[in-house]
Amino acid sequence: MAAKRYLRTPGRVIVFAIIVVVAAFWVVPILASLVTSVRTYDDLLMRGFFAIPDKIVMTNFRDAWIQGKVGTYLINSFRITLPALGLMLFFSSLTAFALARFRFPGNRVVYLMYVGGMLLPFQVLLLPVFRLNNALGIYNTHIGLIAFHTAFQLGFCTFVLRNYMLTVPGDILEAARIDGCREFRIYWQIMLPLTLPAMAALATLEFTWIFNDYLWAIVLLRTSELFPVNAGLSVLQGQWRMDWAVMVSGAILAAVPTIVVFIFLQRYFIQGLTLGSTKG
Amino acid sequence: MTSTSRSTRLYRLTPYFFIAIPLAIYLVWVVGPMLYTFYLSLTDWDGISQLNFIGLRNFRSLFRDRVFYKSFTNNIKWIGSFITVPVAAGLALAMALNRAVPASKFFKALFFFPMVLSFVVCGLIWSWMYQPDSGIINSVLRLVGLNAVARGWLSDPSLVIWSIIFVAIWRQVGYVMLLYLAGLQSVNPDLVDASKVDGAGSWQSFRHVIFPQLAPITVVVVVISIIDSLRAFDLVYVMTKGGPFNSSSVLATFMYNEAFNNYRMGYGASISVILFAISLVFIFIYLIRVLRTEER
Repeated sequence: MAAKRYLRTPGRVIVFAIIVVVAAFWVVPILASLVTSVRTYDDLLMRGFFAIPDKIVMTNFRDAWIQGKVGTYLINSFRITLPALGLMLFFSSLTAFALARFRFPGNRVVYLMYVGGMLLPFQVLLLPVFRLNNALGIYNTHIGLIAFHTAFQLGFCTFVLRNYMLTVPGDILEAARIDGCREFRIYWQIMLPLTLPAMAALATLEFTWIFNDYLWAIVLLRTSELFPVNAGLSVLQGQWRMDWAVMVSGAILAAVPTIVVFIFLQRYFIQGLTLGSTKG
Repeated sequence: MTSTSRSTRLYRLTPYFFIAIPLAIYLVWVVGPMLYTFYLSLTDWDGISQLNFIGLRNFRSLFRDRVFYKSFTNNIKWIGSFITVPVAAGLALAMALNRAVPASKFFKALFFFPMVLSFVVCGLIWSWMYQPDSGIINSVLRLVGLNAVARGWLSDPSLVIWSIIFVAIWRQVGYVMLLYLAGLQSVNPDLVDASKVDGAGSWQSFRHVIFPQLAPITVVVVVISIIDSLRAFDLVYVMTKGGPFNSSSVLATFMYNEAFNNYRMGYGASISVILFAISLVFIFIYLIRVLRTEER
């Protein structure tokens, strides 16, 4: 019904046709990956991409999961991402509260430092942080990676949360202050619950960002057993150089957590992206 | 009396209690390292032995390094494509899907989907699609008789960087579309209707009424696109490692290769100083914008 109403002028039919053609560029990679993952690479090589496969196999996923250790890498990813996420949200909300609620010397400078830092091409920090973590004895540990992710993402999180907290009406906090609430209790019991929508959006977005990290993992970790999943995929790439079916299956497995986010938390993810851009 | 002055002094210190620990972490892992890069760029650090101060020697060799110019040019190509193609495509899709297009929810989700995939996953999937013998792209081209067009998308030195940039664009379009869709929510529909009443065509009302209202978003999109282009590393490293013969090298992969494969960390630091200098211009543009919205 709605479709018929929309498509009543030739101009709109053309626009819709263009959308469909463009959409093919997004559908094909997804379908191609799924098809590849359930065929053997020999079958793909011998009979070509468009042949009907002799049989559907799950061996690629099994090889990627067990011999390719994608299972281990995924656990590592969670061990790095979740603590970093908790720390960055806690620390940035503390800072955001102070920046949004108090006028104090240095307020503006601290704020601009965080905003400027969030735009830094982070490769600039690569070598110094590599040296720093070595000096601190946390090179090749998850703690070292968590510390860096937490610190670097403080820029973006503080930026978003501070601007969100500015929209919370001051009267509510003033009333609590008159009632004799300590500032930390105002932050913890009044401000944080009111900031929850922004926190949820931010958490979803940051989860995928940290989860998808590759560069920092290969620089700050040496032992591949400690690698999070995207760095693990590059190990897999070395092991299975000649078998694209296993590679693609590994990539699909590695993407499952973020695809789950896409399916169930899409709304928050989108809110996070727009929160970070409209106010700036 | 004394107790009140003590408590006001304490009260004045309160914000600093809130910001102290996060700020310390930030100074140690972000601000400090950023400054330290400048010092490292003036040394011959190799990652193992004692480092020596060598002045501007790294920069002098950098400006004579052919790979540096290749990488720099590739970053420029990346920026050029990134501030045009995804912005135009994202805006067009947002304008089209903002109306009651059939299945518009499905299309929005589809275009936006690659945003949640990592660059590594995108890079692997596209490397396989680009694969010359049995990859889907050449398979399709041969199927429809375009054998002459089929080629080594990632092995042809003049083509490889464009093949990689294409993947980056593929991942970026949905993001830009989303930002414009959010921006379109705040476009005043009365103004659009008024322009229609005044006899403006669709293109004219877009050009003179809608697009100007999207200008703030466009500035953000362009700045973010430039920064993202300068950050480009994962896709290149996963798909080609900068090869063949450095033809797809960008500043970030060039730096990584020099520092971690050739153990020329001081030299690598000088590359990141250049990267920093370029990005500084755009960081300033963004900061000035932020300051302006503050004053409103």
